[in-house]
Amino acid sequence: MCGIIGVIDRTMSRMDGSSIKRALSLMDERGSGEGAGYVAYGIYPDYPDCYAIHVFFDNLLEPKSTVDRILQTWGRIAHQEEIPTYDQPGLKKEHIPWRYFFKPYTDLMVGTTSPADDTVKHIVMAINSTVEGALVFSSGINLGVFKAAGWPEDVANFYRIEDYKGYIWLAHNRYPTNTPGWWGGAHPFNLLDWAVVHNGEITSYGTNRRYVESNGYKCTMSTDTEVVAYLFDLLGRRHGLPSEIVVGALAPPFWDEIDEMPQKQEEFMRVLRLTYGPALMNGPFAIVVATKDGIVGFTDRIKLRPLVVGEKGPLLYISSEEAAIRVMDPDIESIYMPRAGEPVVGRVMV
Amino acid sequence: MQVDPLVIDVKGMHYTPLNRMIREAVASGVRDIVLNNVLGQRFIGNGLRGNVKITINGVPGGDLGMFMSGPECEIFGDAEHAPGNTMDNGYLFIHGSAGDAVAHSMRGGKVFVKGNIGYRGGIHMKEYDGKYPILAVGGTTHAFLGEYMAGGLILVLGIGQEPAVRDRGIGSGIHGGEIVIRGDINEKLLGVGAKKVEFTEEDLERLTPVIEEFCERFGIDPAPFLDTNYSRIIPASSRPFAGKYTWE
Repeated sequence: MCGIIGVIDRTMSRMDGSSIKRALSLMDERGSGEGAGYVAYGIYPDYPDCYAIHVFFDNLLEPKSTVDRILQTWGRIAHQEEIPTYDQPGLKKEHIPWRYFFKPYTDLMVGTTSPADDTVKHIVMAINSTVEGALVFSSGINLGVFKAAGWPEDVANFYRIEDYKGYIWLAHNRYPTNTPGWWGGAHPFNLLDWAVVHNGEITSYGTNRRYVESNGYKCTMSTDTEVVAYLFDLLGRRHGLPSEIVVGALAPPFWDEIDEMPQKQEEFMRVLRLTYGPALMNGPFAIVVATKDGIVGFTDRIKLRPLVVGEKGPLLYISSEEAAIRVMDPDIESIYMPRAGEPVVGRVMV
Repeated sequence: MQVDPLVIDVKGMHYTPLNRMIREAVASGVRDIVLNNVLGQRFIGNGLRGNVKITINGVPGGDLGMFMSGPECEIFGDAEHAPGNTMDNGYLFIHGSAGDAVAHSMRGGKVFVKGNIGYRGGIHMKEYDGKYPILAVGGTTHAFLGEYMAGGLILVLGIGQEPAVRDRGIGSGIHGGEIVIRGDINEKLLGVGAKKVEFTEEDLERLTPVIEEFCERFGIDPAPFLDTNYSRIIPASSRPFAGKYTWE
């Protein structure tokens, strides 16, 4: 059991983190105090063309000098600083959160149409799999993940997330079951522009992991959700599929439902399921994924985890519990429960 | 003698002190409690016994009335997951909609929901001796209604819905009790171990008091629902998974 909530203002009007902190804290019982986190999009407008690389360092000596060297090899560090944190009595600081604003060189990598993204992806995988004492947990442009092992309100206060303003927020309260609770295992999981929060477990993790690792990703965070971020990056960014189609590949309809679809749709779904068989996710899950363009929420096909949607004008909320939405927005206009496997999409209106 | 109800503003309150207040009030003889500004407090009325009415204004958290035996809760708002979880006796009247696993393992009393419910409503409901749980829903329900059901009644009126239920897995693994759904239900929606039988005049006579009570409670005219246009779903056998895990 975990608690998730996401919100988007489709007009890209930015809100601070205070209300999502209250919403996540309302779901304290969904966690165990071993992991909570937030991600916000639109928080670094002063660095519109830099990748914001958030790193957990065990110390600022060897791991940091190695990371500095890797980054300086592959690009230019426009600015770097320790992420401001504020001691909380209930939270032990296990790592030093650091951020780089980084511009990769785009002429060092071949075989890609998005060299900047692929360079940053390569750097993240390299650091996380080879540099002892350093973990990149956020690597997108104009977005940032803030997470730690602790209760939702303690983690929020540790980073003072009310000091950040974003037009998309996702938040997660963790109840670790199959893998240990630690800072890197807290959600959201992020790679480049993708951020994921997840309640449940991916029992097909082994299959999905082999699939993404055969496509150049490395799973290093000892927990299943990581693979969802890489699946979205592979299918959504590199293969260019729209988010509804990605959800259709990850949580497809049952074969007997496909059999009854109109012929064109049936053929399409058949091809999608066969092409992306190893990307199909099994097990109980409710997931919200964000990019700079919007959010998408969905559950497993037999709805083994809760998901509720609320809407008011440009605001779209997706949450484990209705009360969490109402805490953020007492005047919410409509509340409904999406069907199992049905993607709920909120896109920015440009 | 008219006694004023005990009114509690629960805004921002945790469920532990709230439930303690409720239990102390009931122990001291209070028979009418009103909770205002309820938002997300779990386990309200858990294990509560006695003759008391609790009016809940707002959206209570999960497992409302779990293990409760006797009290009546009327909720003016939606409910989250599993209201009536393993409830022993008493009433939950929910004027809004509710989440997944409504009436989970319920073994007595009534859970009435005016709106819709989520997935796995009435999962594992059971009956024995004089215990006979009833889950009645005014709107629609999602998949796996009455999953592994062992006893009691689930009634779905499907008001404003056509068909009343369009999700799969109805009565999946059912081995006792009955599921009654307004209108005809496509057999393809039945789960493993469930079968559809005719809803007879005798069934109508038997269920008329439930339909009337539900409608009266929520201010709905019962007349349009007092006919035999229902599907009745019952166990195909008392052991739907015989041979699945063991061989004879």
